[in-house]
Amino acid sequence: MRFTVVSFPGSNCDHDCVRVVDAVLGEQATLVRHTADDLGRPDVVLLPGGFSYGDYLRCGAIAARAPVMAAVRRFAEGGGPVLGICNGFQVLTECGLLPGALGRNAGLDFVCDDVWLTVEGQATPFTRGVPRERPLRVPVAHHDGCYFADDDTLARLEGEGQVIFRYADAAGRPDPTANPNGSRANIAGICNAAGNVVGMMPHPERCAEPLLGGVDGRLLFDAVRGVLS
Amino acid sequence: MSEAGTSRGGMKGRVTVRLRPGVLDVQGKAIAHALADLGFGETEVRVGKVFEVSLDAADPDAARARLTEMADKLLANPVMESFEIEVE
Repeated sequence: MRFTVVSFPGSNCDHDCVRVVDAVLGEQATLVRHTADDLGRPDVVLLPGGFSYGDYLRCGAIAARAPVMAAVRRFAEGGGPVLGICNGFQVLTECGLLPGALGRNAGLDFVCDDVWLTVEGQATPFTRGVPRERPLRVPVAHHDGCYFADDDTLARLEGEGQVIFRYADAAGRPDPTANPNGSRANIAGICNAAGNVVGMMPHPERCAEPLLGGVDGRLLFDAVRGVLS
Repeated sequence: MSEAGTSRGGMKGRVTVRLRPGVLDVQGKAIAHALADLGFGETEVRVGKVFEVSLDAADPDAARARLTEMADKLLANPVMESFEIEVE
């Protein structure tokens, strides 16, 4: 199974994603540069975290217009599974593949912590079969993770099951006090209407092997492998 | 080599990008707090961005059209922001 990881200038979690794919999953990972016009016939595309183009203008704004994104858009519109993590989520909202936008954290601080996430909504390629009876423990590390969408968009997301991950307490309750960044409705991750494009602020690739202190993140990568095999 | 604005057809535009009403502006709030500490307690602050763009264009209308395209395609995110264009 082939995973393509897109690398922009300033991406800094691209090699973490590659490691999960090849060292943890034992699958094939290919790094593709921002200038590429071809993704190398992947089964899955990962947009990694980092600070693409220095996050100048707005987070993810310049990456969203990079040449490689035309190929990502074709892949996504053809139904291919795409996961954007942190800066990758910001890129997906900036290019319009996901609704809404991500702004400065409500507390103004960069947050770097482990959070609990509920898994809910549609069964996307990255969440199908992931247990829902307990929250996942996954780290966040971002300055601009405050999810915003207008009321109509938010109602549509909720109604269509497009809210995939929500910040919660350890018991899985999406309490406002468990919200690290002021996101509307505690939203940590969403998918598009078709369900194949997923964006999330937390970093599953940083908790996919025991040495990193947690393995809940691996469930997402196992899920997409299970869906495709 | 020349300074921006002197060689590009002499046309200058300004794109002002603002957060839409209702979008949380935490930077504006922090700045208002700082102003209050300095004795300006009567303020409410919203932070925006100004882009000063020098460009080649046949006339102000053409410049305005190009600047509008730039704002639509990159300079503003319509989910959270609105923009205004001025041409000198």
